[in-house]
Amino acid sequence: MMQINKSAKQLLAPIVSNKRVGQYHQIIINIGDVAATCKPGNFVAISVGGDSSRMILRRAFAISRVSTSPTVGGTMELIVAAHGQGSKWLCAQGEGVVLDLVVPLGTSFGIPTEPVPVLLVGGGYGSAPLFGLAELLNSRGCRVDMLLGASTASKIYAPMEGKRAVNSMRIYTEDGSMGTAGRVTDPIAEIIKDLNVAVIYSCGPMPMLAAITKIADQFDVVHQCAVEESMACGVGICMTCVLPVANEDGSISNLRSCIDGPVMDGSRVQWSKVGQQL
Amino acid sequence: MTALDFSTTIGNAWFPAPTFTASGCASSGRELAQFFPLREMGGVVTKSVMSKSRSGRPTPRMAETPSGMLNSIGLQGPGIDAFLAKDVPYLVEQKARIIVSIAGETVEEYSTLARKLRSVSGISAIEVNISCPNVENRGLVFACDPEASRRVIDGVRRTIGGELPIIAKLSPDVTDLVSIAKGVVEAGADGLALINTVLGMVINVETMRPHLGGKTGGLSGPAIRPIAVRAVYQVHAVLPQIPILGMGGIASGKDALEMILAGASGVAIGTASFGNPTAIMSIQNELKQLLTDRGFTSLKEAVGFAHRPSERE
Repeated sequence: MMQINKSAKQLLAPIVSNKRVGQYHQIIINIGDVAATCKPGNFVAISVGGDSSRMILRRAFAISRVSTSPTVGGTMELIVAAHGQGSKWLCAQGEGVVLDLVVPLGTSFGIPTEPVPVLLVGGGYGSAPLFGLAELLNSRGCRVDMLLGASTASKIYAPMEGKRAVNSMRIYTEDGSMGTAGRVTDPIAEIIKDLNVAVIYSCGPMPMLAAITKIADQFDVVHQCAVEESMACGVGICMTCVLPVANEDGSISNLRSCIDGPVMDGSRVQWSKVGQQL
Repeated sequence: MTALDFSTTIGNAWFPAPTFTASGCASSGRELAQFFPLREMGGVVTKSVMSKSRSGRPTPRMAETPSGMLNSIGLQGPGIDAFLAKDVPYLVEQKARIIVSIAGETVEEYSTLARKLRSVSGISAIEVNISCPNVENRGLVFACDPEASRRVIDGVRRTIGGELPIIAKLSPDVTDLVSIAKGVVEAGADGLALINTVLGMVINVETMRPHLGGKTGGLSGPAIRPIAVRAVYQVHAVLPQIPILGMGGIASGKDALEMILAGASGVAIGTASFGNPTAIMSIQNELKQLLTDRGFTSLKEAVGFAHRPSERE
């Protein structure tokens, strides 16, 4: 079951740029050759706060995409919401600041061997890693449709260039301030039927992932979701980021979302048992 | 200049370096092995293992606190049989030196676990964790009760005494640590591991409820280092011949040196590895340099050095 990401390396890497994009920060970091080993779904653990910080734990961020350019070399992009102390510190760091990273970590999204129709569902800035995934799926000949949702317009992350790799993109906000008023999960059943969707990829808050799992199970569609649990280490040694997941034999184990995730088979995650004593 | 003798001993076990993973902070070594060869440190102290597999406490299991963190894992693990079948052979193959940490709910469970380790080759010592704070019943924290501590160690000694060094891991959450340390040494402990985490709690002011799934958790990290240094110093003063594995917030070579000067024969690194997977390697290198800079020719000369009267006096 355990699948350590053997490509993980600890490195010092400079920030290439840090731009504000709506509610979020787009941070590009030069990671050189390591970029080639990063896959959609993988994450990075970053040391935050500098030397005199009281913050002793790394912060985990989903890698939204990687690219290689002849001038800058290999880079990775992070979309960060300045929520807590660590992310606020990171968002305040400018070009040239050198970060201590461990990357790439965790599992990645599985890519279908056949060019099948797929649906990508993102909640809030959880949509960020889906754009790199969309490009990869598109290049493999998959029809890619995307649904993005958030509570309100400012929390939707949908870069213009992100639309290139997708066949359609629909936006849902709970307050109706952008796109259709409602939840991102509302149209999923219909889309599965209309487009004969074979795989759903999702990233976002846990209630959204749980709701998608229910629909996916109903139609027997594969659901690969990227989970988010609070982590102390990101490398598999602290045992804090566990989720209850069903084993082959039906028993349930607490699996680490940093090693056996973040990308997990949604139908095996026991959403109703999260936070419960097993 | 003569080379520094960096080795240390606990009971009859010899280690080429005094640096160890702290139990519960490195799983069974595999995860750190991708960052450095495990054989390059003193040894791996494995996550405390119980008789049966255990899923541990519910999430959230972690809260970062100033210069520290609370954890509430609750001894999640595969159980002794799976551990012996998979994890020990892996560590042996990596040529790592192994200290197996065991935890039980009853005095008998500890003896049973010790018995299972008797015939296993490749193990250097056994850590008897009688101080995990993340159990349902605080009454089960044997290390808070001098008599219960003694009974556990006595049971383990009767099973494997003389074959494998026994290290008792104690809690700082007691009124008189020295008397508990003396008790377990009388009962047959060859060494002591000081300290386990300090029981703590965080309340989320948004939900206005305890943040951790298990409500309370163990505080670790630099926040508890002065407590650990004090514990090691006090115990070494009374039991200078007993090797101590010092731990609690060690994050640099200087921190490790402080613990050794207080009386530790070895140091274990836990929370620092969460923030930096190669922390043990840097701490080891820094410690070597600091000892050399101070004119020590062996680690052993530095153990408990802080207890010597100042030369100016």
